[in-house]
Amino acid sequence: MLHRPPSHSAAIGPGAVPCLALPTPAALEQRQQLGAAQAPSCGAEAFTVDPAALAGGQPRKHTQYPYVTGTSVLGITYKDGVLLASDTLGAYGSTKRYKSFERLRKVNDVCAVGASGELSDFQYIMRLLEELSDDDFCMDDGHHLKPHEVHSYLCRVLYNRRNKFDPLWNSIVVGGFYGGKPFLGTVGMIGTNYTDEHVATGFGNHLARPLMREKHRPDMSEEEATALMHECLKVCYYRDKNSINKFQLAKVTAEGVTISEPFALETDWNYKLFANPAANAPGTW
Amino acid sequence: MFRNQYDTDVTTWSPQGRIFQIEYAMEAVKQGSAAVGLKSKEYAVLATLKRAPSELSSYQRKVFKIDDHMGIAISGLTADGRILCRYMRNECLNHRYVYDSAMPLGRMVRQVADKAQVADKAQVGTQRSWKRPYGVGLIVAGYDEAGPHVFYNCPSGNYYDYKAFAMGARSQAAKTYLERQFESFGGASLDELVKHALHALQASLQDGELTDKNCSVAVVGKDTTFTLLEDEALAPYITGALASACCCFCRLFAGALLGDEALAPYITAVKEEEPEAAGMEAEQPAAEAEGGAAAAAGGEGEQQGGGGGGGDEGGAAPMQE
Repeated sequence: MLHRPPSHSAAIGPGAVPCLALPTPAALEQRQQLGAAQAPSCGAEAFTVDPAALAGGQPRKHTQYPYVTGTSVLGITYKDGVLLASDTLGAYGSTKRYKSFERLRKVNDVCAVGASGELSDFQYIMRLLEELSDDDFCMDDGHHLKPHEVHSYLCRVLYNRRNKFDPLWNSIVVGGFYGGKPFLGTVGMIGTNYTDEHVATGFGNHLARPLMREKHRPDMSEEEATALMHECLKVCYYRDKNSINKFQLAKVTAEGVTISEPFALETDWNYKLFANPAANAPGTW
Repeated sequence: MFRNQYDTDVTTWSPQGRIFQIEYAMEAVKQGSAAVGLKSKEYAVLATLKRAPSELSSYQRKVFKIDDHMGIAISGLTADGRILCRYMRNECLNHRYVYDSAMPLGRMVRQVADKAQVADKAQVGTQRSWKRPYGVGLIVAGYDEAGPHVFYNCPSGNYYDYKAFAMGARSQAAKTYLERQFESFGGASLDELVKHALHALQASLQDGELTDKNCSVAVVGKDTTFTLLEDEALAPYITGALASACCCFCRLFAGALLGDEALAPYITAVKEEEPEAAGMEAEQPAAEAEGGAAAAAGGEGEQQGGGGGGGDEGGAAPMQE
């Protein structure tokens, strides 16, 4: 039986295995010596879960609930690139606990990602992507991760974790601009993935995408695209309980990635129907 | 080079700062039959001479497809070559699975050779006393986003980027041909490139002729996946190349001795009368010229004065192709 370091199960404790994106030279050495000639050099080390260490007889339990979560992320393509948008809230259940959490992050000059769901898992995913970018830098051969490669990589990672019944509890939007064409894709926590001209996660799927379907065109100008995004963000803020009026917009074009400073949108709470929301639904509270 | 007290294992340096076991491993490449790789602005081409252990057997394969955009030609210990081929295929497949894109050639070649880390393939064999270096040279030809590439992976763990390269037995003759012609490769069409490759290979052939049975060619380009040409697919290129092979061969080497002006009347005579007959006569001085040219150019590109080019005429060991 090949010796492999045990995984980060609750029974064994975290940190038993370095969870890096790429195996360390020492790990590769060991693989070679033990004759695992087929083990490739990309992808993290294989590991096993030691069944003896689990609480006797109980089924394995890993991530079951997310704790600090982000809500929807929206993305659209336009003539010169892609726009991603989200608010900056990290909610702890229904408490609006962390109000300045950046949920849109730059990966490299051609790609940005945004995530909803468990924010600690998002930070782990960013660590993986940063490792890959650092490796590219050290290789020093001019190659960098392209948006569809980032998308494919994240699909593989999330699907792999889902297969271990220990998912990274995120829905991710990958937006980029490469080869003169915009790229927009999404990956769910069980590995479901697709690319499209406009995507959203979570509540954004129900609230924002109908607006996008109506108003989006691939050759929109930047102003039109920004206006559409503001509308969608407003709707999400009005109707999603777990959101705040503080948003960021990430733009990826041929010039690179820019993530805006947080901004607020004008909202109006004086609609008549807001005054007595239960008027048409007796019995609600 | 001769046996000495510093060549027992790969972890011993000689007083001159050489590791003989690594240099001996590079000699193994010269025991294999010739292989050439060249590229134009849009294509990369590999051509190899295949050997058959006996008349009853088939020819040993030397060209392997690694991925749709990449392939290798090997020279030296075939068994080692197959291991590296399997490793490269595995890496390319995994890259496709994880990143949904073709592996860049520079990365692949570096992984095979040396990342300046102990974990990589060939260099590890040069630093562990219980391992030996791989006894096979690889010409890696492929096309990625940066265009076509031809790389050479050496048993020493070094890799080199080439415009054109030849390795194996009597490859110095092929190298000379490539050195003279490489400037025209950039704008050459695919057919011309294959013909150049076959001409270069012909130069390494001691006796006999190129047939569609004893050589194999592979091409790869932007819209061309790595394609192996053998037997019937190769036949049209062979007949095309042979028609002009004799003249080129003679001119190349006789020209080195006589000078082009003095040679001109012979060339016109040859073209007018019987190309084959005149080619045979000119073969004699050409053979001597090859010895001269090889000795003169023997030091180029070879590690530390190994006179391998013209000298390695010994019978090939059965396991080496």
